[in-house]
Amino acid sequence: MARFILPFVIFMILAIFLFVGLGLNPHEVPSPLVGKPAPAFSLPQLHEPDKQFSLQDMKGKVWLFNVWASWCTACEQEHPLFMELSRRNLVPLYGMDYKDKREDGMAWLQQHGNPYTLVVSDAEGRVGIDYGVYGVPETYLIDKQGVIRYKHIGAVTERDLSEKILPLVKELQAK
Amino acid sequence: MVGRAHPTITNNYLKVISMIPEIGHFALIIALFLALCLGVLPIIGAARDNAVLSGTARPLAYGQFVLLAVAFLCLTYAFVVDDFSVLYVAQHSNSQLPVIYKMSAVWGGHEGSLLLWAFLLGAWILAVAMFSRHLPGEMVARVLGVMGLVSVGFLLFMLLTSNPFDRLLPAAADGRDLNPLLQDPGLVIHPPMLYMGYVGFSVAFAFAIAALLGGRMDATWARWSRPWTTVAWVFMTAGISIGSWWAYYELGWGGWWFWDPVENASFMPWLIGTALIHSLAVTEKRGAFKSWTVLLAIAAFSLSLLGTFLVRSGVLTSVHSFAADPKRGIFILSFLVIVIGASLLLFAWRAPKIGLGGKFDLLSREALLLSNNVLLSVATASVFIGTLYPLFMDALGFGKLSVGPPYFEAVFVPLIVPMVLMMGLGPLARWKKFSAPELAKRVRWAFASAVLIALLLPLTMGQWTAMIALGLLLAFWIITSMILSLHERLGGHGNFMQRARGQSLSYYGMQLAHLGVAIFIIGVTLVSGYETERDVRMDVGDTLQAGGYEFRFNGATDVEGPNYVAARGRVSVSQDGKLVTELFPEKRQYNASGMPMTEAAISPGLLGDLYVSLGEPIPDSAGAWAVRVYIKPFVDWIWAGTLLMGLGGVLAVSDRRYRMRRKTKLTMLAAEGK
Repeated sequence: MARFILPFVIFMILAIFLFVGLGLNPHEVPSPLVGKPAPAFSLPQLHEPDKQFSLQDMKGKVWLFNVWASWCTACEQEHPLFMELSRRNLVPLYGMDYKDKREDGMAWLQQHGNPYTLVVSDAEGRVGIDYGVYGVPETYLIDKQGVIRYKHIGAVTERDLSEKILPLVKELQAK
Repeated sequence: MVGRAHPTITNNYLKVISMIPEIGHFALIIALFLALCLGVLPIIGAARDNAVLSGTARPLAYGQFVLLAVAFLCLTYAFVVDDFSVLYVAQHSNSQLPVIYKMSAVWGGHEGSLLLWAFLLGAWILAVAMFSRHLPGEMVARVLGVMGLVSVGFLLFMLLTSNPFDRLLPAAADGRDLNPLLQDPGLVIHPPMLYMGYVGFSVAFAFAIAALLGGRMDATWARWSRPWTTVAWVFMTAGISIGSWWAYYELGWGGWWFWDPVENASFMPWLIGTALIHSLAVTEKRGAFKSWTVLLAIAAFSLSLLGTFLVRSGVLTSVHSFAADPKRGIFILSFLVIVIGASLLLFAWRAPKIGLGGKFDLLSREALLLSNNVLLSVATASVFIGTLYPLFMDALGFGKLSVGPPYFEAVFVPLIVPMVLMMGLGPLARWKKFSAPELAKRVRWAFASAVLIALLLPLTMGQWTAMIALGLLLAFWIITSMILSLHERLGGHGNFMQRARGQSLSYYGMQLAHLGVAIFIIGVTLVSGYETERDVRMDVGDTLQAGGYEFRFNGATDVEGPNYVAARGRVSVSQDGKLVTELFPEKRQYNASGMPMTEAAISPGLLGDLYVSLGEPIPDSAGAWAVRVYIKPFVDWIWAGTLLMGLGGVLAVSDRRYRMRRKTKLTMLAAEGK
């Protein structure tokens, strides 16, 4: 008998989750990676695939690491902000093209503009696993010692940038 | 005298005309009242064996349809005469808009889409009321009653939270214009087709619920709901295909499916609907899978409801529209919980009594169909998770994410392969029990030739990859096993025509739909395996070599449309120095909204499309543009395949078994008349 009630139970769990989701206010979720050294990697560059880029190259700098992809619609939302950020030259922005074909990634940057100092290509998504990528986009703030100081899941908004990320960047740069 | 009477008549006339939106609003309120009666009286009548109460179902269904039609016409009228004192019209139309788009703008936004939904539901209810004369009265009463209850939910939702007839006072001087993306012939017919499918699944749902209520779970309910389900599925297939074709030529990216949440919302009920069609066939013919079929019927309609709401409430593109109008969000969820929850509870209560039905062996046609059903359901679940996961993450405050095609492609391909392999075997296998060695012996040549074609064909096309060979193997396995089935049924000595006529139309329908799947797979495999995409800057006079063609960019000139201005590029395509065709891609800018739109220029062909679209003008250059040139081999086979699937459904519905009852009845009447 129990198996016949199962569809109802599953559906009600789903419904409760949706109701709870409706009433919740967006809030920050702590990531286990924050405060820990960024996972080391070495990946081919998107535009020059025979050249590698690794975490070691960024020692001594405060920088933003943005995970994006050409198939990601939410990335188009944050993109204009990054274009503006790169014009203001406040903090170097590096990109990681995640689970994407190289040509698609390059075509996307050509169409929307390229705000990144450099882009690496993580076609297989291996490095994404190390960084605990939930979905795309995600943005990491990494300090001079190579420690992740802040992780943003989802598209960055103007408020996130001006109220959280940039003040933190200033603080870290002063250290 | 005449001079004095005349202005009064004109005034009265004007008064009525100016009240048309109120008439529409009023019609909706009465329709709600009728729907309420339809949802209550006949069901009570069926439960108490009261023929008078049961008999109210048909007249109420007719009345409801007429009122919904009046409401729909009133809104259409408001659009056609540019009545910008109606808020919804002001938001979705513009005086410059061509009339055909004014009419289709009725379903260009949330409120009007709901009205279209309710109107089409009314039409399906009407159709069931008209074409169910041969069914027992209590069954008809229950089916119409359940559909009436669904209608109540929609009309309440519309009247309480999303009234399309709300006034805007003072009236706007001009409208905000219809989203330019929707100003396209494809989008004129895409939503009505899709909604016909969504709403059509309510018939199968109502039959299933009626059967659960009545406790009569024999094969008859399956036979009655089968043609309705197939018709709904055909509409849905057509609707999704038109949407995909539209995305291909309108979005300018040359893709045909994006795994976008809105697309997924329609794909999920389609997948379950496909499972339902097959499951209904087994329930009708063999009496097996009874409770499973009921569950599928509930699931198909639940996903249709969920799909409509997810798309229309805007939750998927932005959760914040939920927050902006929490009333709508809460209403939607409550409605879903009531409809789906109550159905599943009823299922849990009644299904244990249904029994298992006909027995079958692990090796039987039933088992093959059941496995396909399970695979289709798993596929639906994977799409469901991929679609709703970003929504949950956003609702829980993790921010916006995209799951994207890599996920869907990774989970979908492994599910498709066994599904298609069984699809070839299904029509050849025997009901109840087959012997594996015997079946293997029958299909060996069909399978061997499919393998051979799959291995060799890519070699003739330039490049051999495992994915292309796999795709072709699946497609040709369907085709060769189909030829085998036709040969076994029609071949041999004697009169071929007689045997051909002896097969039922639903058999031919099934084979045609399966052939459609094969054609579809060929299209998908070849276009993803061999397409050429070039994205380049082109100065006036520049040429580009791609796929054996030479594309020459002859510059772009400004042209003016009815409500937009456009830059129209001229690209001449030649092969071996001979001009093949000229293409005119456009980049439009719509006057009212200022929105830019890409109109790709496509030269279609049986073996592939030439596809050119304009990107952006290059600043500080003498008329140079970013130009996209795509060569898409066999891409039209994708839609040819879905067209065949739909036609297969039409053939199956035309099967005379479904009309037999009426004919016998007519003969009986004629006999009585004698």
